[in-house]
Amino acid sequence: MAAVSQSAMTAEPSVENPKMTARKLDLFYSDNQALYEVNLDIPEQQVTALIGPSGCGKSTFLRCLNRMNDTIDGVTIKGDVTLDGRDIYDKRIDVVQLRARIGMVFQKPNPFPKSIYDNVAYGPRIHGLVNSRDELDEIVMTSLERAGLLKEVKDRLQSPATGLSGGQQQRLCIARAVAVSPEVILMDEPCSALDPIATAKVEELIDELRSNYTIVIVTHSMQQAARVSQRTAFFHLGKLVEVGETDQIFTNPKDERTKGYITGRFG
Amino acid sequence: MSLSFLLLAVAALCALSFYFGRQRAVALSGGRHSNLHSLPVHYGAYTAAWCGLPALFLLLIWYMFQGSVIEALIVSDLPQEVVGDSGRLSLALNSISQIAAGGGEHLTVSPEIVDAGRRLANLQTIANAALVVVMLSVALAGLVLSYRRIEADMRARNNVERISRAIMIVCSAIAILSTVGIVFSLMFETLHFFSKINPLDFLFGLEWSPQTAIRADQVASEGAFGMIPLFVGTLLITLIAMCVAVPVGLFSAIYMGEYAAPKFRAVAKPALEILAGVPTVVYGFFAALTVAPFLRDNGAMLGLDVSSESALAAGLVMGIMIIPFVSSLSDDVMSQVPKSLRDGSYALGATKSETIRQVIFPAALPGIVGAVLLAVSRAIGETMIVVMAAGLAANMTVNPLQAVTTVTVQIVTLLVGDQEFDSAKTLSAFALGLVLFLVTLGLNVFALKVVQKYREKYD
Repeated sequence: MAAVSQSAMTAEPSVENPKMTARKLDLFYSDNQALYEVNLDIPEQQVTALIGPSGCGKSTFLRCLNRMNDTIDGVTIKGDVTLDGRDIYDKRIDVVQLRARIGMVFQKPNPFPKSIYDNVAYGPRIHGLVNSRDELDEIVMTSLERAGLLKEVKDRLQSPATGLSGGQQQRLCIARAVAVSPEVILMDEPCSALDPIATAKVEELIDELRSNYTIVIVTHSMQQAARVSQRTAFFHLGKLVEVGETDQIFTNPKDERTKGYITGRFG
Repeated sequence: MSLSFLLLAVAALCALSFYFGRQRAVALSGGRHSNLHSLPVHYGAYTAAWCGLPALFLLLIWYMFQGSVIEALIVSDLPQEVVGDSGRLSLALNSISQIAAGGGEHLTVSPEIVDAGRRLANLQTIANAALVVVMLSVALAGLVLSYRRIEADMRARNNVERISRAIMIVCSAIAILSTVGIVFSLMFETLHFFSKINPLDFLFGLEWSPQTAIRADQVASEGAFGMIPLFVGTLLITLIAMCVAVPVGLFSAIYMGEYAAPKFRAVAKPALEILAGVPTVVYGFFAALTVAPFLRDNGAMLGLDVSSESALAAGLVMGIMIIPFVSSLSDDVMSQVPKSLRDGSYALGATKSETIRQVIFPAALPGIVGAVLLAVSRAIGETMIVVMAAGLAANMTVNPLQAVTTVTVQIVTLLVGDQEFDSAKTLSAFALGLVLFLVTLGLNVFALKVVQKYREKYD
């Protein structure tokens, strides 16, 4: 029933009980407008994929969701983004705490030049999530376990994280994000620097994480979007063209541009 | 024809051959450059190089040997009793060259010497004329030969490439060889010094008073050449300087690089770097005339006995001088920390200072250590400030309120004034210089290694 009611309103960006929403979101890099009136809902405990050709604004949109665009000079944002119904661009919101609730994994694995253990412990330490060494050990172990990395690294937790392979590094970054117990995890092309086997592992992991976290993933690979996501949003030239259930977008796109992109006519 | 005219003539020939070479290539191409292997300009450069370079090489060789060949000719004509005695010989040669230069009327010398002087003048004229003829003909021969070799399929471009590589090799060889030369001259003088003073006394002696008798009958102490007090003084002042420069430089680098608004940074960073452009002598009198009396007077108020030339004054001012050095180098290494690491930290909800303290600083630490070590070697070698502000007394003390002296100050004082050039006092300056050189060389090599290790990580 739920599936039917959702697919009935695929042309609409909204879902019931969204975890996050964006309404009339405009974004400017100095004078260049990068996003035009984007309306999009992120459903809870699902994977939402953002697809579209390079430069279409999907990564920019993703970075609006945890205010990472704040770190770039000359960015202005209009419109609303909410998390659990509260505007995250409200002055009263502490951006540091916001980012603890909305984790992020980047395109290139970016482990800190510290040990594997310290990488995962970084977030819990700075946020004071633990009171004792035992608790910290516990968090590190569970996070590595969740990221499917524990078996591979449990004998060398103190060795430098930069010595891991690319795929392991990326899973470490996921473990690092998970360690802060976020509600939402944003992933910006998390597999673009990985080989097919490492990609398969990360995709499997994303599917498992869905039961605990709300996930938004930007991807260039339409197969990946089809494999891991429940909803897909197609961006083109800074506008949200179409959003709906992944099956529907890939089998029966409503917009000509979406059709053109997923059949490979442009992109 | 003087040397400068000769060089001008060769340059003119080069320009001419460039023109001819290019013309010939253009003529051979029949109007289409694609018929040639290389561009016309390459053929021009090729002929110019073959015209100029052999001539210049010849000039170099000529000047290296002209003096000794002529001297050998003169000596062979001198009477046996003069040649046999090296002292008399050098005196005679001295007079001969004076006479040859047109002077020497006041000299009372034998007629053979006067003859030799005339002969020398003659020989020099002949040699100079020969040089002009030989050099110009070599240049011309180079021009003609290379001109005749030009054909449409000649690989002038590759040839020019080889020639320019050779020129660069020569330039780097000059730079490296002059360093080696300096080191060797230091080394020989130091060995000379160690033949007078026991190296162990020099390296481990605790007393420095380089007084030696100027005349044999003079009543004076033999002097003590223990370098330890000088190194203690140097290290004390360096330590004080680093205590100022490292925190101030580092924190200003962090502020400029991470916190400051772009507009403020655009003004403040150059302003900080002006400090690096202040001549050290200005720092020197700032230390001696402003800082040292200030410290002495305020010390007196606090009941401290500060000497008017204190290690503290010199160290403080030297620290100020080194601030831009530390700050711009550590700014560089911190800005090289990839943005992805900052983003990773911010995305976990870290604040700016947490990110700097826990991610950027540790990642940049090897580079910062390298920067600090380079600054230390700079401080150790610094001379002007300490000459003016640190004093001359070789006190063996670690009290920063006392006057101390440094290695560089002693080298300056040893070589200023009337001294025989082979006395132990003068020669000790070379030994000090060599030790100083080895210390700073070691520090620099170590610092570069550390920096390199850091670079490998992110490229």
